[in-house]
Order: sequence, then structure tokens, then C-alpha cells
Amino acid sequence: MLNRLSVKQVKNGLKEKRFSSLEVTKACLDAIRKTDEKLHSFVTVSEEEALRDAKNADEKISKGEDAPLQGIPLAIKDNFLTKGIRTTASSKILDEFMPTYDATVVLKLKDAGMVILGKTNMDAWAHGSSTETSDYGATRNPWDISKLPGGSSGGSAAAVAAHQTIAAIGSETAGSIRQPASWCGVVGLKPTYGRVSRYGIVAMGSSLDSAGPITKTVEDSALILSVLAGKDPKDATTSPLKLKLKIESDIKGLRIGVSPQYFINGIDPEVESGVKNAVKTFKELGAEIKELELFDPNYAIDVYTIIQRSEVSSNLARYDGIRFGKDRSYFGEEAKRRIMLGTYALSSGYYDQYYNKAQKVRAIIIEDFRKAFEKVDVIIAPTSPSLPLPVGSTKDSSMFGELADVLVEPSSIAGLSGINIPVGFSSSGLPIGAQIIGPQFQENAILGFAKSFEENTQNAAWRKNEPSFTEVSKGKPNL
Amino acid sequence: MKYEAVIGLEVHVELKTKSKMFCSCTADYFGKEPNTHTCPVCLGLPGALPVPNRTAIEWCIMIGLALNCEIPLYSKFDRKNYFYPDLAKGYQISQYDEPFCKKGSIELSNGKKIGLTRVHMEEDTGKLLHETIGDEKVTLIDFNRSGVPLVEIVTEPHFKSSEDVVEYLKKLQQIVRYLGVSNADMERGDMRLEPNISLRPVGSSDLPKYKVEIKNINSFKFVSKAIEYELNRQEEILEKGETPAQETRGFVEASNSTVSQRTKEEASDYRYFPDPDIPPFRWTADYIEELKKQIPELPHVKVARFKKDYSLNDYDSEILTRDNALSSYFEKSVEIGSKKGILPKQIANALINKAVDPENVSPEELVEQITVSNQTTSLSDDDLNRIINNVLKQNKKAVEDYKKGKENAIMFLVGQVMRQFPEKIDADKVKASLLAKIK
Repeated sequence: MLNRLSVKQVKNGLKEKRFSSLEVTKACLDAIRKTDEKLHSFVTVSEEEALRDAKNADEKISKGEDAPLQGIPLAIKDNFLTKGIRTTASSKILDEFMPTYDATVVLKLKDAGMVILGKTNMDAWAHGSSTETSDYGATRNPWDISKLPGGSSGGSAAAVAAHQTIAAIGSETAGSIRQPASWCGVVGLKPTYGRVSRYGIVAMGSSLDSAGPITKTVEDSALILSVLAGKDPKDATTSPLKLKLKIESDIKGLRIGVSPQYFINGIDPEVESGVKNAVKTFKELGAEIKELELFDPNYAIDVYTIIQRSEVSSNLARYDGIRFGKDRSYFGEEAKRRIMLGTYALSSGYYDQYYNKAQKVRAIIIEDFRKAFEKVDVIIAPTSPSLPLPVGSTKDSSMFGELADVLVEPSSIAGLSGINIPVGFSSSGLPIGAQIIGPQFQENAILGFAKSFEENTQNAAWRKNEPSFTEVSKGKPNL
Repeated sequence: MKYEAVIGLEVHVELKTKSKMFCSCTADYFGKEPNTHTCPVCLGLPGALPVPNRTAIEWCIMIGLALNCEIPLYSKFDRKNYFYPDLAKGYQISQYDEPFCKKGSIELSNGKKIGLTRVHMEEDTGKLLHETIGDEKVTLIDFNRSGVPLVEIVTEPHFKSSEDVVEYLKKLQQIVRYLGVSNADMERGDMRLEPNISLRPVGSSDLPKYKVEIKNINSFKFVSKAIEYELNRQEEILEKGETPAQETRGFVEASNSTVSQRTKEEASDYRYFPDPDIPPFRWTADYIEELKKQIPELPHVKVARFKKDYSLNDYDSEILTRDNALSSYFEKSVEIGSKKGILPKQIANALINKAVDPENVSPEELVEQITVSNQTTSLSDDDLNRIINNVLKQNKKAVEDYKKGKENAIMFLVGQVMRQFPEKIDADKVKASLLAKIK
């Protein structure tokens, strides 16, 4: 049962010596052992390291040494380099890749006292929104294992939802934290571009990549962000701006923008009503709701596709099998498609037509959001236009990810902060998520709104829902 | 038909910064154990990110300023994408359309101005070593050089002769050495030259439809030979009514000729795009002014000053300003010498003709030597002979000792002679005279 706790609950329990880090860690490892064969959230479980970390943490706690995440078991997406723990980015090219250094995020988490449970599954190279394109097999959605968990941080989101871990770290280029968090019914925070170091994360779209927490509660996200955030001398794109640590959950008089453009054609009606109900809750809590005209998110798909593919084509050039890893024949279909498209878009004669034009439209989208945030404090929208889709949906749909991520791509392109929060369930028992988008470096604002919602829906009936798959660990019938 | 040469130059200068361009590895790689000066960044490991070296960028801008370039207030790094095993990331971080420095010039001694297109910053690649291990032919990669800062200086096609090219290169080498930003040592590969050469009919002002780029040149002598060879080769082809191929050729030292390396069907497509890992640079005019102030007196200014202040001729001034160390040594000596009535010209002569080694002789010692030699020349041979005869008479034992093979005895005698003179005299001369008499 200890694996079901939040970061804050574990912290309190450890502090009050009600249990040890080793006990929590063992509970998580036990849950992984019992459920991961079906769920497949993990590519690598680092049991040995986890037990060692937990024992160290317990020793430190007994000496009264405190650290923000002392003894908290976490799962890390497999595109973060972990010294001495295999890092594959879910691609067979890196099947035997043993990093010689830790990503800055991993170092910071280690310094904060985390216990590393293992590396979570993802779409290979983070290319996707399903975790179905992993070279190590798909991850399943804990709420219904015939469904996808979303992606690319699907392993991290599923692991948190299924209580295989206390919390997890994901990364997002456009939607890869928020969308799987939405589909798995957990909190997923995508910080502002430049808030968290990218050093040691297998690069995808370098002008977009952003690392953040996937957690059970909003407070946990805020806590982990405070560990991750900050200027990194090893990443020239990180910002020295300080993170405001105080989260104000009183939203009375604050303004929420709701854009009709984000309730796109074909949106699942239950998603639409779920998000609109959440907006209603915010209104009851005293927020002012403003209808907002935003740039059609569909334009963002084109811009995002060109920019991200171009950067990918260059970022994947080092994987030639000469110095490390396996040769290029191990690239999957999706990676090959992206390399080709990006290479084409950057070719002489096409650069102006594609990459340059995309950058110009990107500037327009940034400006559109800047103006919007003169009128409102945050924007609320559905995270995904659909409920979790069935396993196999990505087959024959090379633009699956872009369509699934249409509502998160504009804010990613603009480098904004955003958070997914669970707002309810469909009649079929699948999670519905809403995203709160804030200006750059205003994570405290979106966390405030998220916390306010969470506090005020704590007793709602849907909060009692349990992902069916975790019942295995409670001794109920296996699926 | 009469042809004239159209020659442009690309010169790469490796900076001698402490650390590499985008990581904190030491940049001093020459002669070091392979792959010992590396880290995730210069090895291009997954996840590693470049952080630009501020000193390297400032030095690049200072080179631009010294070459009369415009310094745009906006600049950025781009990725130049191509595959080669010595290129760890699959792209080189370089500058494409917004280099740090644009539109400069260097004036040659004949008054001709060579226009510079640009001066930009990039990173060096690793080094391939082709070896045989056992029976197997292998290629090894040494990444110690990977990521070392390189400045590329590109000229307009303004050269018409190999002499002009060599003079330009010497001036450029001198300038970067004056700035103290590179050793510009050709043999160590600190400075690499790539001329592109073509011919056009005399009187034409159009650029030729082809150009031939020459690689693998590691001395000023060879650049001259490569150009001469190439001009002859191309003229022969043009005389046949054909057009030389657009290609890259390599210089072959053994035969002083060039051979085709690769033919360019069209310009390579490097798929340049702004490096998303490095935010663009926005300088202020004040900042550029600050850098300007850090630029030391440049060679051509120093030559003019030497001529004026020290009344030296062109020849002396030019030689004394060839490198900063020598000119500083000269000026220090002049300062000391002025108190003892030694003229700058005497010091110049001492340095240029007598080839005093400034490494082993301090300016004070140099001035002392000149003072002594001034006096030595006033010492009459008669005086010397008289004193030597006296000394030999009074020190018969020492003379005997020397004849028995006691080498030290001669120095004792030299000392005795010198003691008879109120001022310092040339010991070598005394010794020679003594020996002549003893034998």
C-alpha cells in the first residue's frame, strides 16, 4: 500500500518514522514486479540501485539529514542519461548504451535524495504520442489495458497511475508530458522552455524539449519542479529567472481564458463536457472566465512538424554506430520518416519555404499568446481532443502524434508553461484531462489554478476511481 | 590568349584559448595521448550540449576588428550538417549567414587592398589516423582536437599572384600573433590554408565559371608552389579551349603538384540552420568598443612608429616588428640604452646583424655588451700587447700550467690582463691575444 502514496505523504511518513524508504521502495518494486509484465511501463528496472539508494536515504534520515526528495522512489523516462544505468530512449540503437554521465535533471534528483526505481518506456526517441512505437513493446493504459497510455512519456504516466512509483519524470517536446498524463489520469507539468536543463536528455526537438514531473498530486509536481528548475551552466538555453515557490490556490478574481478554437471539430463530447465542467468549477471558485480568440491550433501542427523534424534530422546524425550504439539499420520506421522529412525541409532551396516560414509562423503564434496573456492569467483547454485510443491506433497513421497533440502543440511552440490535471472520467471509466496554460516562467500561476481545482474536488465521487489494473496488486482478479 | 589569376583564400586559425569552444576540456591538444582531452560534449555523446566559450568569441571579434571588419550587433551559430567519421555530432557548429565579422581588408606593401568577405567562428573536428594494427588496416579517431576553437577568415577573390598571397598570409599570421590569440604555427596545424584558384582572360572582370580549391597545404612555400602549378595547369587546359573542372585538389609535396581529390557536381548541401542549443548574440556598441580598446598596437602602426620615433629605415623597422616579443625587447633595450648614450640604431644593428638571442640575453645585458664593444674598439693593440707582456712575465707559473694542459690557467691570465684596465674590455679578444703569445 505504501506505493500508493504521494510524494508529500511519503515525505511525512519518513519524517515521522512511520515507515522507512526501504519499505516504500520495496512496495514499489513489488508493484512493478506484479504488474509490469502486462503494463510494461519500464524498459529497465534498477532494483539494485533502488535498494541501495533507499538504504542510504534511511541512514541519512536516521541522522536527521533532510533533502527535498530524501528517500522518495522515482521512475525516470528512458531518454534521461543515467550513469551506470542503461539508457535506450526506447530505441534498439542504444540497446547496450551505458551512459558515462548523469543528465543534470538526474544529478539534481540524486542530490535531492531520490531513490531511482528504473527507466520508463517511451516512444522510440520520444517520437510519438502513444508509447506504442517503443522498440521494447507498447506500454498499456492502467485504466484499461486495451488502450494506449499516450506518449511519449507513456511509461512514466502509466507507472504513476498504476502506483508502480511515487512519482516520475517525463519530457515533453509537444505534449509528451501533458497528453499521457491526461490519458492516464495524473498530473503532468511541462515547465517553460529553459526552466529545466536539457543537458543529458537525448535530444529530440532542441528548441522545444522540456523536462518535468508526472505526479499524483499538484503539490508533488510543484515540489519536484523546485528541485529541477534553474540555470544550468551546461545548458546555454536555461534561464537564470528564479522560480516562485509560493503556490497561491486562491484564484478569486483571476482571469481564465477559454478559446473556442481549442474545442476543435471532432473533439470527443465527453472530453468537451468534462473540461467545460472544470471551467464551471473555476468560475464557482471565483475566477473570471473570458472567451478568448486564439490562433487556430491546427496551424501549429504544420509549424511544429517542420521545426521538430528539422531538428530531429540533425540531432539523430550522431547515431551512426561508429563511436557507440548500433548502426543506422536499427532505426525504426518513425525515426526514418522524421529524418527524411527534416532533411528535406532543411535542403537548400527548401529552407526558406519550410523551416524559415515555420519560424515566422512560430513568431506569430508566440505573439498571439503574448497578447492573450494581457487579457487573461491562464488559458484552460482540453489536453487531448480524444479519450485514450485503442492499442494499435498508430499503425498506418504517421501523423498520429501530431493529431493527438494538436491542442498542446501551440503552447509548446511558444515555449509556455502548461499542466495537465485530471478533471473527471468518461462513462467508460477513462480519464479526462484539462490543461492549464500559463505565460513563460509563470509555473506558480498554473500550479495555483491546478491546486485550487484539486483541493476543491478532493471529495468528488470521481476521485474515488481506481485504475483497474492496479487491483492486481491488491489481490483482486488478474486481467 | 593572356590570362590573369583570380585567387581567393580561406584560412583557418586555431585559437589558443585555455578550453575548447563548447566545453571545458583543455584546448591544448598537440602531441597529447589520443582521446584524453575529451568529454560528453566534444565526443558528441547523447544529451550533451554546447556552451560557447566567451573568450574565443571575443578573440574572433578582435581578429575581425584588427582586419578592419564590420562587427554586426546580431550574430548566431548555425549547424553545418555533414557526415564524416571525425565529426562527432554529425554536424559542425559554425556560422552561416550572420558571422561575427564582415567586410574587412588587409593592405599589402604594394598598396593593394585585399577585401575580406567574413571572419567567423567554428569548432575543429577530431583527427583520423590511418594505421595498420597486426595485418589489419584500421582508421583510428582522436577526439582531442574535436571542439577546439577555429576562426575562419575568407577573402574576396582579389589576389592576382602567389607573391601577394604569401604576403597576405604573413601579415595575417603576424596580426593574430600580435593579438596573442593563436600561435599560428603552420607545422602544428594552427593555421590552415585553402586557396581557390582560377584564370580569366586579361581585361575580363567576370568571375570565371569554375574554381579549383586546393587542400593539404602546410607552409607558405607550398602555397606558392601549389598556386604556380595550378595556374600553369589551368592555362594549358584553357589554351586547348576547354574549361578546367570545378573541383577540390590536394597538394603533393613530393612532386610540387596538385591532384584531383573530389569533383563538385554542385555545392554541397550542408542544410545549415540556426543551432537551437545556443541562443543568438546581441552585442552593444559599447561592448565592441571595449574589445577595440583591448587590441594592441598592430604591426603596420608599429612599423610607422619605429621609423618615426627611432629614425629607423624600412628594413630595420619591418624586421624588428615581425613579432611582438622582438619589438618589445627592442624597445626595452632602447629605453635602457638611452641612459648610456646608446642609439636605437645601434641596438637595431645589434639585434638584426649580430643575431643576439633575446631568449638568453636580457636587454640590460645587450646594452652592456654594446657599451663594452664601443670601448673595446677604442683599446689600442699596443696598449694591450704591453699589458699582456707584463702579465706573462709576472705569472710564469700560470703559463707553465697552461702548457701542461691545465686549461683553467688561461682564464686566470685573462683576468689578470683585464684587471689592468679601468673599464670592461672584450674578454674574447684578450684570450685570443694571450693564446697567440703563449704558443
